[in-house]
Amino acid sequence: MPSGAGREGTGGGGGAPPQSKKMKFAVVVFPGSNCDEDAYHAVTDVLGQHAEYIWHKDTDLKGADVVILPGGFAHGDYLRTGAMARFSPIMREVERFAARGGPVLGICNGFQVLLEAGLLPGAMLRNDNLKFRCEHVYIRVEQTDTPFTLACRRGQVLRIPIAHGEGNYFAEPDVIARLEANRQIVFRYTDAAGDVRETANPNGSKAAIAGLCNEARNVVGLMPHPERACESVLGSADGLLIFESVVAALKTGAFGGSTGPALQTVR
Amino acid sequence: MIDSQILERHGLKRDEYDRIVQFLGREPNLTELGIFSVMWSEHCSYKSSRVHLKTLPTEGPQVLQGPGENAGAIDIGEGLAAVFKIESHNHPSFIEPYQGAATGVGGIIRDIFTMGARPIALLNSLRFGELETPGTSRLLEGVVAGIAGYGNSIGIPTVGGEIAFEPSYAGNPLVNVFCLGIAVASDIIKGVASGVGNSVYYVGAKTGRDGIHGATMASAEFDEKSAEKRPAVQVGDPFMEKLLLEACLEVMRTDALVGIQDMGAAGLTCSTTEMGSRGGAGVEIDVSLVPQRETGMTPYEIMLSESQERMLLVVKRGREAEVERVFEKWDLHAVHIGEVTSDGLLRVKDQGHVVAEIPNRALTDEAPVYRRPMAEPEYLAGVRRLDLDALAEKGPYFFSANHDLLALLGSPTIGSKRWVYRQYDHMVRTNTLNVPGLGAGVVRIKGTDRALALSVDGNGRYCYLDPYRGAMLAVAEAARNVACAGARPLGATNCLNFGNPERPAIMWQFAQAVEGIGAACRALGVPITGGNVSLYNETDGRAIYPTPVIGVVGLLEHADRLLSRRFQAAGDIIVLLGEDRGELGGSEYLKVVHGLVAGVPPALNLESERALESLLVDLADLRILKSAHDCSDGGLAVTLAECCFDAGGIGAEISIEAVHAARAMAMNRAAALFGESASRVIVSTTVDNVTEVLERAAAAGVPARIVGRTGGNLLRVAVGGHMAIDLSVDEAERAWSSAVERYFQRRVA
Repeated sequence: MPSGAGREGTGGGGGAPPQSKKMKFAVVVFPGSNCDEDAYHAVTDVLGQHAEYIWHKDTDLKGADVVILPGGFAHGDYLRTGAMARFSPIMREVERFAARGGPVLGICNGFQVLLEAGLLPGAMLRNDNLKFRCEHVYIRVEQTDTPFTLACRRGQVLRIPIAHGEGNYFAEPDVIARLEANRQIVFRYTDAAGDVRETANPNGSKAAIAGLCNEARNVVGLMPHPERACESVLGSADGLLIFESVVAALKTGAFGGSTGPALQTVR
Repeated sequence: MIDSQILERHGLKRDEYDRIVQFLGREPNLTELGIFSVMWSEHCSYKSSRVHLKTLPTEGPQVLQGPGENAGAIDIGEGLAAVFKIESHNHPSFIEPYQGAATGVGGIIRDIFTMGARPIALLNSLRFGELETPGTSRLLEGVVAGIAGYGNSIGIPTVGGEIAFEPSYAGNPLVNVFCLGIAVASDIIKGVASGVGNSVYYVGAKTGRDGIHGATMASAEFDEKSAEKRPAVQVGDPFMEKLLLEACLEVMRTDALVGIQDMGAAGLTCSTTEMGSRGGAGVEIDVSLVPQRETGMTPYEIMLSESQERMLLVVKRGREAEVERVFEKWDLHAVHIGEVTSDGLLRVKDQGHVVAEIPNRALTDEAPVYRRPMAEPEYLAGVRRLDLDALAEKGPYFFSANHDLLALLGSPTIGSKRWVYRQYDHMVRTNTLNVPGLGAGVVRIKGTDRALALSVDGNGRYCYLDPYRGAMLAVAEAARNVACAGARPLGATNCLNFGNPERPAIMWQFAQAVEGIGAACRALGVPITGGNVSLYNETDGRAIYPTPVIGVVGLLEHADRLLSRRFQAAGDIIVLLGEDRGELGGSEYLKVVHGLVAGVPPALNLESERALESLLVDLADLRILKSAHDCSDGGLAVTLAECCFDAGGIGAEISIEAVHAARAMAMNRAAALFGESASRVIVSTTVDNVTEVLERAAAAGVPARIVGRTGGNLLRVAVGGHMAIDLSVDEAERAWSSAVERYFQRRVA
């Protein structure tokens, strides 16, 4: 990390690939969101795409191509995490966007909001060690046919930080079985070699689940923070793959607010 | 009728009461007495410390705001300011660890954004009794969870800090919290009320009965009844504060604001009087308009409540609607509770009837100031005596240097604090370049090429043995840590934790420490821009070690020239900058291995220190260093070991000279390995660059010599040609990694 390599994006300007039209990311801001600026920075300054903050009381995604629900403590998380955010006016629009096949990424608290909103199955419990944990972990990419993992290799191990107190994913065994059968488990906690081990599971999540997608595969939620791992000066640039994936997916037309061609065609 | 019992409950002395009567020209009513009692409490008035604090250096070309405002500010170039301060929350944290620590974090964050700065980093400095002492692990767990609970929720990373364990803190832990924010230098906002007729607004959480007399509690000693003071501890709501933070920063962009201040200690009382006093104006409010959480609250209770997450704003007349709109957006209600007046009075009304009327100056500038008697403590002569030869003869016996090093690495004060800092979100805001545990915390400033390095340091044991020298060493260590990251130290903030100032020995410690801080800050070019004094840190008549904690902020003009403590590659050359004098007085070695707190702390030559720090910044800027690590607790051997940790198992082969501190060989070896001589840094560099490093050190007048080379997976240190330490890095790192964690492992589900 002290090495001088990879300071891309710290200059505040965009490092946009000049050859293409920029994609527009909506970063939804709930009261209590605190990773909204980090997602915005990763998308604009590092990735070179457009981003716009969308206030939770808004009812319009303003023509966004991708929606990010960022991390934080929406509404203070005094009830279950994400339990109040699902009632924010913008969530109706996010649901419609998702139903049309638009790519939606929920990070950390954003993942919890997706669970509460019913866009993804299951629930979050307190970490099994009962402590908030912030550190780099390894996650393995299980599925590459989602808009957020298109640019990854299957089985690829990413080093990405977590920062949560309630990331212990829980679902009933039949739900887990269905997730497995439908290939909806997108990321699992592993060790550096990519092996699932109890010691590599930071929070006790069932089936070592770090991230999921819905059946239509356009809505992805994960507990780790890819937006914190987009520049090597911050310890890892592996998270950039997640954002690059969705740019690639949109370019191929596989995903978008209107129903695009089936994803299989872009793989 | 005000009788002596009422006075005692308010912590006021009879002569202080007489002064109140003189100021008012009449007897105060109970509300007025309450207002005087909190404003004249040690916590708010600095009545014992003020005469000493005045001697501190507070000026410099880089200083944009010195002491007296909510926080200090220094110029960091490109039109930006670093706004920072450190504050204590010791007393509340002992009574209620989670909420005490949490509200400490909340308070210091408010001080920063009140200045118009966006808070971007937190640090903390904590002191506890030994972890073996019953109750200590629970206290640590609660304090850490409280800091995490607040900082993580609000989304400000905790990027560093320090923790030490000493028996003297068992009945009185220290929780000092530091916050840094960034502001546009020209947009710094102050806590002033001015412009007659301007509107006074109340924003944030409702006022409850919590925290009444928190400031007076913080101005008294503890005894076995202290737990009964729990109702005086406030409860924090980080979500409310997050809303306040965003809404206030948005309001500040409108220029409709005249001044703003948070309601911290002494709540509404302190914010109204201080704002009025700074603006040379009066403030009139009606407490019946203040949003209240409980029914039947009296003006006395409303004025003295320390409910958290509340702000007082002065808004330009005619611009009120703009301000109200911003708060509405964030679902906060800004309530118009009064006006700025021209009469210099704090006038409190209740439904239109005046219930208190006091000249602002009587509460602030004219508050009592004491030049309390001082006397050198009697314990000093005894504890300063350290006869190494006698120690060597007495035994009990001598362990191997390997054993001693492992014992030091495994002691909680030196060992890894990972168990603590991984509970803190230290990465949010994606600016953290040096994560906790690597030396100074370093955060980049997006939109520029710059970064800031931050360190908080203090050594209570040193100050117990010699408060003047100990305080100087604290400043030097904080500045040196910042310089080790490659940053030029620019400014400092201090948190002065001491016992009961009414005892001459404590007052002497305080005065000596302030003198030491002043001398070091002047010599090292780091003016004090603000801070906090916490007195009465005593339980059952036993004071804590005098503990000044210093926070230093330094600037890296090029963030990519940042250094950390870790060795980077095998085959690099290891250079020791500075001079070994084998000083064991007050060392961790004496405490951990011999159970001894004795001797005098290491000498400090401020000129050498300054030369060393500026050399480090130059070498980092030239990109000819690969790592740099300050030599402090545990001496050279511990420093070298730490350079090997988290570095992928890179070892080192070292050879150092023997020092002659005693007749006994074993003591000389210990002095060379574990002595804590100041102004020393271990750096690593490539074979190609080492000549330049040595030449530049010589030119700067800094002693420098090659002591070894990185490589292998062993840490081997020879002293005077005899192998003293020969350990696998793995084994050493295991001892270090589990030093704190092992006290909690059993409790993990």
